[in-house]
Amino acid sequence: MLDLLAGFVVELRNAGLPVSLTENLDAMEAVQHIPIEDRDAFKYALAATMVKNNAHWRAFETVFEVYFSMRGPEYKIADGDTDLDEMWREMQEQMRQGDGKGTQGGSMDNLTPEEIAQMLMAALMNGDQAMMRALAKQAVQRFAGMEPGRPVGGTYYLYRTLRNLDLEGMLEKLMEASRDQVGGELTPLEERLEHDEYNDRIEQFKKEIEAEIRRRLVADRGAEAMAKTLRKPLPEDVEFMHASRDEMQNLKKALQPLTRKLAARLARKRRHGRKGPLDFRNTVRHSLSYGGVPAEPKFKYPRPAKPELMVVADISGSVAAFARFTLMLVYAMQGQFSKVRSFVFIDGIDEVTEYFKGEEDIANAIHRVNTEADVVWVDGHSDYGHAFEVFFERYGKDINSKTTVLLLGDARNNYHASQAWVVKEIRQKARKVFWLNPEPRSYWNTGDSIVGDYGTHTDGVFECRNLRQLEAFVEKLA
Amino acid sequence: MAHRFESVQEVRDGLKSVNYLADDGIAGVAFLADRLGKPVLVEGPAGTGKTQLAKSIADMTNARLIRLQCYEGLDESKALYEWNYKKQLLRIQADRNSDSWSDIHDDIFGTDFLLTRPLLEAITAEDPVVLLIDEVDRVEVETEALLLEILSEYQVSIPELGTITAKQIPLVFLTSNNTRELSEALKRRCLFLHVDYPDMEREKEIVLTKVPGVSENLADQIARIVRSIRQLDLKKSPSVSETIDWARTLVLLGIESIDAQQAKDTLHILLKYQTDIAKAAKELSIDK
Repeated sequence: MLDLLAGFVVELRNAGLPVSLTENLDAMEAVQHIPIEDRDAFKYALAATMVKNNAHWRAFETVFEVYFSMRGPEYKIADGDTDLDEMWREMQEQMRQGDGKGTQGGSMDNLTPEEIAQMLMAALMNGDQAMMRALAKQAVQRFAGMEPGRPVGGTYYLYRTLRNLDLEGMLEKLMEASRDQVGGELTPLEERLEHDEYNDRIEQFKKEIEAEIRRRLVADRGAEAMAKTLRKPLPEDVEFMHASRDEMQNLKKALQPLTRKLAARLARKRRHGRKGPLDFRNTVRHSLSYGGVPAEPKFKYPRPAKPELMVVADISGSVAAFARFTLMLVYAMQGQFSKVRSFVFIDGIDEVTEYFKGEEDIANAIHRVNTEADVVWVDGHSDYGHAFEVFFERYGKDINSKTTVLLLGDARNNYHASQAWVVKEIRQKARKVFWLNPEPRSYWNTGDSIVGDYGTHTDGVFECRNLRQLEAFVEKLA
Repeated sequence: MAHRFESVQEVRDGLKSVNYLADDGIAGVAFLADRLGKPVLVEGPAGTGKTQLAKSIADMTNARLIRLQCYEGLDESKALYEWNYKKQLLRIQADRNSDSWSDIHDDIFGTDFLLTRPLLEAITAEDPVVLLIDEVDRVEVETEALLLEILSEYQVSIPELGTITAKQIPLVFLTSNNTRELSEALKRRCLFLHVDYPDMEREKEIVLTKVPGVSENLADQIARIVRSIRQLDLKKSPSVSETIDWARTLVLLGIESIDAQQAKDTLHILLKYQTDIAKAAKELSIDK
């Protein structure tokens, strides 16, 4: 048991979760109070002692599933295989009685795909969990085409299975069936609710399939190898440029508490700033009321000026996600800056400050930026040179010694002229100019990336590949 | 020391008997907290029953609930203990002539002159207590350190008196709305429990237990609508307490099954931002 837990902790640390020694000890003690057969309780006990941040829950869950899915019989949780088979036979009996067909009973293997689809639909319709699990098993066995030792990722199998099941079509059919049930039209509200309900069940089914594939892969390759391939970065370490849709969702979720925390931290920093030097004039003035004795010393409290911010972001395809996140983050903490203006460009440039004004919902504003801003000049390929030139021409006069200019992008200029002199000019007028690059440092200045040309004229070029780096930068900025 | 609970299931049933519906995670962690004698750090969105959990546990174990509400500027004298200096002064004045210095000195720093504040009170209590430290994320990082000794050793050190150790280990719950990252030191000493919005089934159960006079059908509908709304990208998702308020309203209005118009008219109970209301109304195609 000790070895087992120790191995698990190593795996968690590999996945990037900080598990301290005391937490490890707590976990060891905790599992002694929990019946080991109760898998859920076991999981919660481990989570309560070792995972102290909700954002890490998913990573923990993955590691747990992999690590404990195939551990010798004493740890393997009765999967209910026999139950499922029995239940399956029962179902079959019913079906046979129902429509008189079904030549041989026995196991699921003899079903045609159509029948499986039918069963699945029935299971989804009734929300029958056990049935869904059985079907997930069957579907994976049948459609995924898994071969031992084949070096393919789980996503490939998942894709294959789902393609064969056509869950999108299933949703439509389910909706129709429920319409039939009511006998006529559903009100829009009901329609929406039904839709969400089925969507939820289908999601659940997908999760079952994923779990099944994972189980099989672990059986094939062993838990250690699987844990390595399944190791997913924590939300704050996900790279903006390569985030999948799922990861994007998680990122968005992670962003909100992060901005709140950041804002609270900055506000606190401002308030609890260090005491300044003695304010001589003020002290003398106050000493008058004590008859000239400087009984009440006065200090100069530093009042750090809130910077004015100009964000100039490339929103062409490759870096769009990064620009979006940075804009969201900056606007979520508007209060920390005296003024925020934002500009977006591809090869043309447009000011989008207006979109954020009077708009409570930042996501909405970002959407408008992406759809309404006039950013294409010639061909819709990034042209930093032209965009900067126009920016300077139009808005250069607004840059003053209080302004901090943030330039966002990968500086992949498609071999256009760099016009780096513009950045130099900007720097002379502005308080600070920073460049944030979402690409890994090792890619800089390769191919058509000319971040070096611009970088020499800025006060710093920062690598901002993930939320963690972005957060660190913004904190420094405000 | 005798344990309060025998099994996870017992915690669950007990909580249910005081109208708190716990899921596996909540019951499991509460059980472990008792067994390991460790505090529980409860985190999660506002209005998901974090504070209620502590209250319900106290209710269920027939313990007294001692609550420390945290806020910025909370300090030792409000959280731990304070010397009752007025009483001390009186004491000194009362025997100005008789006592020698050392007598008085020993006397005025005795327990008689100590004003106990929530933390000390929880530790010195003879009867069973549950200590709730609410919204711990509101205190400054430095103040957090105040809590460390009591959380790990269940003791309080008073320079003049020495160390006061707990007579019995109380159940301790800390709640946090996650407005800032708590320090590692604090997290390490606690069991962690994240309380999220309940799933649909549980929410329905909650509505059924908490709102008298609600029909099964209505509760189901409410839970479904709330789930759909939570899936939207909103500024503030409806919390459980708001769901309950909404259910109460609907019951008061005598509504048996919600239609689009009624939902729209009462949406402002569930959502508190105009943009959110507009969005939800549109998404649920109530506007059509």
